[in-house]
Order: sequence, then C-alpha cells, then structure tokens
Amino acid sequence: MTTKMFGERVPRVEDARLVTGNGRFLDDLGHDALEAGFVRSPQAHARIVDIDVTDALDVDGLVAIYTHEDLEGRMGERLPLLIPHPTLTHGRTPYALAKEEVNHVGEAVVMVVATSRYVAEDICDRVRVSYEALPAVVGVEAARAAAHLVHDDVPGNVAAVMVQRTGDADAAVDAAPHRLELDLAIERSASTPLEGKGVLARWDADDRSLLVHTSTQTSTSVRQAIAAKLDLPVDRVEVVTPDVGGGFGVKIVHPWPEEVLVPWAARRLGRPVKWTEDRREHFVSSAHERGQLHEVRVGYDDDGRLLGLSVRFWHDNGAYVPYGLIVPIITSTQLLGPYKPGVYRVEFTSLYTNTVIVTPYRGAGRPQGCFVMERVMDAIAADLGLDRTVVRERNFIRPDEMPYDQGLVFQDGRQLVYDSGDFPASLAKLKALVGWDDFEALREQARGEGRRVGIGLACYVEGTGVGPYEGGHIRVETDGTVVVSTGLTSQGQGHQTMLAQIVADELGVPFERIQVTTGDTRRFKYAVGTFASRTAVMSGSAVALTARTVRQKALSIAAQALEADVEDLEVVDGLVQVKGSGGGSTARIELGTVAVLSNPLRYAFDEAAARATQFAAPADPDTPPVGPGESPGLEGTDYYSPARSTFANGMHAVVVETDPDTAEITILRYCVVHDCGTLVNPMIVEGQIHGGVAQGVGGALYERMEYAPDGQLVNASFMDFLMPYATEVPTIEIDHLVTPSPLNPLGVKGAGEAGVIPGSAAIASAIEDAEGITITSMPISPSQLFELRRAREGRP
Amino acid sequence: MKPAPFTYHRPRGLDEALEVLAALGEAGKVLAGGQSLVPLMSMRLSAPAHLVDVNHVPGLATVHVDEHVVRIGALARHSQVEHDAAAYDALPLLRQALRHVAHPTIRNRGTTVGSLVHGDPAAELPAVLLLLDGSVTLRSAERAREVEAASFFIGPMETALRPGELAVAATFRRPATGSGTAFVEVTRRHGDYAVCGVGAVVGASSARVALLGVGPGPVLVDLPDAVRDEPLDDERVHALVEEAIDPEADIHASADYRRHLAHVLVRRALAEAHHRAPGRAA
Ligand SMILES: Cc1cc2nc3c(=O)[nH]c(=O)nc-3n(C[C@H](O)[C@H](O)[C@H](O)COP(=O)(O)OP(=O)(O)OC[C@H]3O[C@@H](n4cnc5c(N)ncnc54)[C@H](O)[C@@H]3O)c2cc1C
Repeated sequence: MTTKMFGERVPRVEDARLVTGNGRFLDDLGHDALEAGFVRSPQAHARIVDIDVTDALDVDGLVAIYTHEDLEGRMGERLPLLIPHPTLTHGRTPYALAKEEVNHVGEAVVMVVATSRYVAEDICDRVRVSYEALPAVVGVEAARAAAHLVHDDVPGNVAAVMVQRTGDADAAVDAAPHRLELDLAIERSASTPLEGKGVLARWDADDRSLLVHTSTQTSTSVRQAIAAKLDLPVDRVEVVTPDVGGGFGVKIVHPWPEEVLVPWAARRLGRPVKWTEDRREHFVSSAHERGQLHEVRVGYDDDGRLLGLSVRFWHDNGAYVPYGLIVPIITSTQLLGPYKPGVYRVEFTSLYTNTVIVTPYRGAGRPQGCFVMERVMDAIAADLGLDRTVVRERNFIRPDEMPYDQGLVFQDGRQLVYDSGDFPASLAKLKALVGWDDFEALREQARGEGRRVGIGLACYVEGTGVGPYEGGHIRVETDGTVVVSTGLTSQGQGHQTMLAQIVADELGVPFERIQVTTGDTRRFKYAVGTFASRTAVMSGSAVALTARTVRQKALSIAAQALEADVEDLEVVDGLVQVKGSGGGSTARIELGTVAVLSNPLRYAFDEAAARATQFAAPADPDTPPVGPGESPGLEGTDYYSPARSTFANGMHAVVVETDPDTAEITILRYCVVHDCGTLVNPMIVEGQIHGGVAQGVGGALYERMEYAPDGQLVNASFMDFLMPYATEVPTIEIDHLVTPSPLNPLGVKGAGEAGVIPGSAAIASAIEDAEGITITSMPISPSQLFELRRAREGRP
Repeated sequence: MKPAPFTYHRPRGLDEALEVLAALGEAGKVLAGGQSLVPLMSMRLSAPAHLVDVNHVPGLATVHVDEHVVRIGALARHSQVEHDAAAYDALPLLRQALRHVAHPTIRNRGTTVGSLVHGDPAAELPAVLLLLDGSVTLRSAERAREVEAASFFIGPMETALRPGELAVAATFRRPATGSGTAFVEVTRRHGDYAVCGVGAVVGASSARVALLGVGPGPVLVDLPDAVRDEPLDDERVHALVEEAIDPEADIHASADYRRHLAHVLVRRALAEAHHRAPGRAA
C-alpha cells in the first residue's frame, strides 16, 4: 500500500464545508415549509381544565391548531417505552401532546402550525390553557419522601428498583478492618448541543410517502417510529439526517413528540411542515441527566485494598422514562472502573419528579459512577495516609487478568467483561505526564507566593461499541469513485473522514475517491444509531468487513480479465495489479474498469466503459451473463455484530488553583491518558477528548439545572446556565496508551464519550487537595467553596 | 424565541429621529447596538410596538476628549471607546472597566451610552459614570437636558430617560491630576456580568469606590478619611463599605459570599488604583 491512512492525522474532510458556513443543518432546509410552534406547560404539575383558542383564530397566517383530541389512532396513544426492563415495574411515557395532565414545565400541550415561526409564536401567545395546579415533586429528596406523587398510579414515585450483587457485600464491609461511609451527590446538567432538535416533513400525496429530515442520532429508528405512529408501511417513510450540530445523547431518544407530530401534520395538511427547536424549548422540553444521590459503604484492608463495596443510589429520572433505565444501570455497573471491588452490591431506585425527563448525556451515568468510586479511593488514601495513586494501583485489575469478568450484567444485557487495558501502564504515563511525584515542590513554591494549588486524579473504564450490529455498503462506480454508506448518523464527529480512512486501506483506493454517507435511510435501512461511543467499533468494523468483501470481488473479476491468479493480485491506489509488478501497463486494471466489467450491460456512455472493452472476455453463448450467486456491480454489504462491548479506559489528572480570598477555582493543567485501542485518526480522537473535557469542566464547575421548588427551571437560558466558554476550558495535554481490543477486526474501542467521564471526580480530587476540605457534591461554584470554608472554620 | 410584531423605523438624521420618537411617545423604543434589547425581544420579555433604529443617524459615533471630560456619543461602540488612545490617556478607568463588559464581539456592537440607558444593575458603565460624577445628555424634539449620574439611575433597569427622548451622549469627568484608577471584578465565566465588581478612584487626599452586584444598582462609597494616611485604613474602609452594601443571594452566589467579595475587591481595587496613581512607583 503506498500511503497508509489508518492511524494518520488526516484533516477532516467535513471541516472546509462546516467552517465556511456551508453546512446544511435542519433549519437550513425547507424554506417553503409551514412552521410549527408549541404551547408548553408553564406548570410543573397540573390538570388541564380547558384550552381556549378563540383569541388565536384571527391571527393572519394561522394554518392549524392541534390538541390531544385531534390525534387519532396510535398518535393519541402514549409514546413508546423504548427499552423496557423487568425491574422497570412502573414505566410511564408521555403523550405526543399532553392529555388531561402535565408533568413538567415545558411539556407540549398545543401544536400550532403557521406560515412562519414568528406567526406561530404570536398564536401560541393567544392560546389560553387553564390549569388546575397539583403539587410538584422536585428533586430526589422530595421524590423519596413521596408526600406527593408525580403519577397517581406510581406509589412512592418509584419507577424501578434494581439490585446487582456479586455476594454479601455488607457482610464483607462489616468484617473489614477499615470501613468508611460516604454520601455523594451529583447535580443535573444536560447535553446542550448548540443546534437543538428539528424536524422537517414532506408528504407526497401521489406516492403516499413521507420524506422526513430530522436532527437525530438514529434515523433508522425514527423511521420505524414514524411508520408505526402514523400507521404507514415502513416502506413509505424515509428519514434523512442532515448536518447535526451536536447530539451528545439527547438526540438518541426517539421519537421525540415533535418527530411524530410534524410528519403527522404534514400529511394531514398536505404541505411541508418544519419545526426548529429554540434554546428555551430545548432547556425545558428535551432531556437532562446526572442528578443522583449516593450512599456508599466500603471496607478495606491495611493496604487500602477493597474487600467490600455496597452502594445505594437514587436516580432522578424526571417525569417519564421513555429511554428506560439505561443511565442508572450504567452507573451501577461502570462505577467499578479499573478496580476489583471485593464483594460488590449495588441497589438503585429510579424516581419520578415533575421535571424534564432524564436520558443519556455523553458519559451516560458514568460521570456519577466515576465520581463515587474515585471519591472512595481518595477517602481511603486519606484515611490510611497513603498516596492517592498507590491506593488506586493496589486495587487495579492487572493486565494479565484480562479478559476480566466483573460478575455483573451490563447495559446491553451481556456480562460485564473487560476485554483489554493495562491500567498500571496508564497510571504510570499519567504520573509522568502531570509530574505527580514532583507536585509537592510546586505546592511549596506556590504557598511561598501566597497561592493555593492542588492536584487530583480520576480513572474510569467505559463500555463502548455496544451492539447489536451496524452495517456498511460500498459500491465502486465506473469512474472509480467509492461510495460508502452506513446507517448510523453523524453529529460532527468526523465519521466521513474516519470511515474513509478505513476503507482507503482495506480496499486499496485513494482517500480522495471515497465518499461517505451516514444516517440516510434511503441509502441504508438497517442501523442502530450513534451513541455509546460505538461508531468506530461498529460502523468502522462493518465498513472494513465490507471493503474486504468488495476487494475480493474486484480481485476475482480482475483475475479473469488479467488472466492471473487472485492470489497474485493486489489493489494499490485504485489499481488491481500483479503483486510486485510495479505496474507494467498490461498487468494492471483500474477499479473503475473492474466495476464496468462487473456489469454485463455495458453501454459506452463513458471512457471507463470504452476502456473496459479491451478486457472483455469472449462471452460463452451457453451461460447466463450473470451466473448463479453473482450480481452485477462492484458492490457489497456486510454487517458487524460483536458478542460483547469493548471497554476503553482512561485517567485524568488536574492541577487547580483556588483563590484564598475570592474562592475562585482555576484549572492550571488538565492531563489525559487515554486508551481507546488502536487509533484510526489520533487528531479526531483528541478532538473528541477536548470536547468531552470541556463538558466535564462544565459539569464540575459551571452547569446545573436550577429548579425552584415549584418546578420552574429558573436558569433556562445561556445567560444563566453557565456552559463553559473557550476561555474556561484549559489547555488539554494528552498521551495515548494503545491496548487493542481483541473483539473486532480493527482493534478499536470507542472514544466519543471518554473525555467527559472523570471531570467531576478529578476536579473534586484536586480542589479537596488544595483546600483540605472534603468534597462530596459536584458541581461546585466559588460561592459554594466559600461556604464550605466558612463551615470548616465553624462560622455560621 | 421570536420577537412579537413591531414596526421598524430607520431615521437618517438626528432631527428625524427625535421627530419619530416624539410622535411615537410611549410606544417607541430606541434600538442601538441591540445587545440587550434584541435578546429581551426574542424572549418576548419586551415587546415594543415601534423600534427606532438610530444606527443610521450620522454624527453620533464620537469619542471627544478635552481637559475636563471624555464625552461619548450615542453610537460609539464599547470597543471604539475601549481602544480610543486619547480616551485611555485621559481616563484609563474607561478601558479598565470596558474590558470587563461581555466579550469582544458584543463590545463591537453594544454601545456605551446604550449600556447606561439600559441601566442593568450589574453593568459596569453605570458604576463608572457614578464614580466620575458624570452625566447623560438627553434630547427630545423640544429640548435637551443634562442629567447627573446620581439622578439618572433610578432603579434596576430604570433610568431618568423619558418617552420621546434620545440619549445623545454621556460625559465622564476626569478625576483630579495625580489620581489612580482601577476596576476589578469576579465573574462566573470570562465576560459574564459580575458577581461582584468594584471601580476605584484614588487621589492625593480622596478616594471613592463604586460597587456592582451588592445592591439594587451600583453603590457609591466615598472614603474621604480612609486615604489620608498611607497605608489605607483598612478597618475604616471595611466599615464604610459594609454600611453601604446590601447584597442578595441569587443562583450564582450567596449574599454572604457577595458581601465577602465586596470587601476583598474593594481592597484590591484601592491597592491597584493607588499603585497606578502617577508619581508612584510603578
Ligand atoms: C452575552 C452578553 C453579555 C453581556 N455582558 C455584559 C457585561 O458583562 N456588562 C455589561 O455592562 N453589559 C453586558 N452586556 C450588555 C451589553 O453591554 C449591551 O450592549 C449594553 O448593555 C446595551 O447597549 P446596546 O447598544 O446593545 O443597547 P440596545 O440593546 O440597543 O438597547 C438597550 C436599551 O437601551 C435603550 N437605548 C439604547 N441606546 C439608547 C439611546 N441612545 N437613547 C435612548 N435609549 C437607548 C434601548 O431602547 C433599550 O431599552 C452583555 C450582553 C450580552 C449579549
């Protein structure tokens, strides 16, 4: 192979288009479409008494106003519970438009369709909905107390209780020579993509078909959902994902109410309809995550080795659970990180509150789990007077213990078995990168200058690349263009580049000749979606396998044309040639020409077809032109389906400075050691880490969902919800460790979520180190740090 | 987040602008840089029936400096004032404060006079105007009037501007020669409105500070006897500041934290201003 692409820092082919403003996001489409707006509940919990549209009827540009009563058939039923679980005994999902009752501020009650979004909002302002207020349940404490219920028929507000155990952990804790108990809390944040959701639907009345564009992380599943809700044959619905301005988990949920309402209205009205979510809507009617309270009991020996770990936690799942229990299941299993916990028991209770629903946000339950486990590690170190890295080192799973079975069931219903990783090696790299052993000197120096600094670290393991499958289709066109398609979607990660790198090497074609399409059901019907850091593992492996199939087909066609043995041929730079021939002209044939030869119907439309005639074998008049088991065209489809998830891991170290006077917290250094197996494109992986760390910093120091006791989200704007700016994100120093996964043909493990996971844990560790104050709750603001200092000094 | 319907006016001269504003009265709203007004309209927290865009009125994008004052015209953007060399030489406090106003892109559009008229209690410029005994020039079709800072700021988002009036300029008085100035603040993120901020002017025998975020508007504190001797009488300063402020809690900070910051930042601002006063060791 002349130029190897796999593993190279290839610049992203997406960028020129995106950074010059030539991206095509949902709102860039459908200028001919009507636009939808929604009247959303201003109350957290209420019965709908009356909806009065009288004042709205004379607004110019009104097309339609819909309430739940207008929704016929399946449209009027509750949205699906996507991921049921035996322990989810009280799963409740919303209606597309609220029926009789609203359960959080922002729940859609009335849909308005108008000539523009401006007009739609004028109309929304004039629709009068009267409510009878019910008591709102806000926050885990209130949900647990259950003085009021979110859903009348859900006792105790409990959606699910789930227990997993590897033995009698409490007995192991009781018997241990050292014990600690910790209460640990993480607050809510949210995915907060810069582009909110959005849907555009076109109904073709003659063809009786729907074409839907939606800003989703799973176009194939949205397609199924729309077909089911609208009672259409799946074949009559196609869903296309345009450029997506970030997803981070919130767009994996499907169907969002608007994803069925907009197509439904488009069909009903016989006109294209579009809805572009605005920022306020996104805050109050999408999804949040992370809010959990944890109670931990841990027992350990004199060396700090875990003997027993017992964790109970309470998960605030918001008003409904369309996405099931994925987040708390992940916390409960991935909490263990790179460690052997001794005997482990975990129990979680998933609770309803009158707040926005909770679904996975980048990291998906892992930041909470990592926070819990890493706080435990730091607490043990403090208790025994040991270095924090030493305690971790002693509890690590060793490389020779891989694959390692944690004895639990993971989110995909499979055993939690780590496939690879070398945790001691990762820690050694991290200590070297951050200068762990030299930090005391720095601390002394800073102290001399009247400054206060601290260092912290956190380790995690992340199940990535969950199944069940992903597929790829590759076709070589007669001009040599290679068209690659996979069904999962892209939200800006650089999938086009990454997948093209894989295909370039596997097929032996120039990178520039490859065009990749994702998330378009017209191109590829079977796919799962982009979540769980799974694209490189799943679609990467699938296109690799597909490329191998297509390459074989090309070789056998070329072998015939060149009168050579398949084994003697290779594909280099888009040419099939005899190995080592260096390209004597008769001994080579272009892949485009092979594509022509693969098709017995050969009109000489283009040069490629004309050129191919020199290779055309004399046809045997007695055999069919396309033999049994053959197909015209140089193309192939293949799927990749792993038995289990891969497990990536990483470790972060942070140096912070806390201002002794103002309690401001500044990150001085942020170091990452990252193991996602083999790297397809290190630059893209590092970009993913950067974005993840930015969100981790946000979750640790800035972001929280500020709910008033009555269920109003009081900071539902970018003025008051403090997403970090570029100025708040530190320079990120990265080192990679590569332990390839044995599970897939490429040796890759996922990288998409990694950066965010240990943020709160590592930053809490560093602040604790700087201040000498135990940190049990994140995020933390300067004001909170000030209050903690006062509490330590025993002042009121 | 789309504004309610409004009628847009684009006067091409000052007289025309004043006529339009006079005709519209209560129903008219001036649009300057739009950095505060447009978000409010998008959230429908403000829904003026008529918008009078003054951006095309010539002659208002001025920064005038003389011996006594720096006078800023209605269309001078924050960034224009910030980077004006003569204004900086005459009155460094303007640049010192403007650097804390939002981000460069917002300062490229937002106007300094607009910020004064908007009267956000957490904004920097109103504090500076108070600190420097400045004033705002208001014009209507009938007359012009000059309103002193102390009577211009009435309450949160409330100023002495009347319907039909355009603020054409703001005048900042230069402090006595030999004075030093400083502006320090604590924000949650770079460029955010301050959790607490302090501007300071320290002269040979006088000092005063203006604080943000610890009251319903900027709080001006004169510290006459605190500066007579060097070093500053910290206890005296603390007592005077403590008496003047009345911080409240919000989602970003507790009241006690704000109170604590007020004292820390007053100390820092005074020290820095003192240090910057000409004639002192740099
Ligand atoms: C993200 C963000 C962060 C910000 N952070 C800060 C900050 O930290 N500190 C700070 O001080 N400001 C901040 N601002 C506000 C910014 O400084 C505004 O530009 C300024 O407050 C208003 O100026 P403007 O020219 O944009 O006024 P506009 O938005 O056009 O108008 C604001 C109000 O003043 C009135 N008005 C404006 N000019 C005149 C005039 N000449 N005569 C009569 N009425 C007039 C308008 O009618 C309106 O009521 C921020 C803004 C944003 C968007």
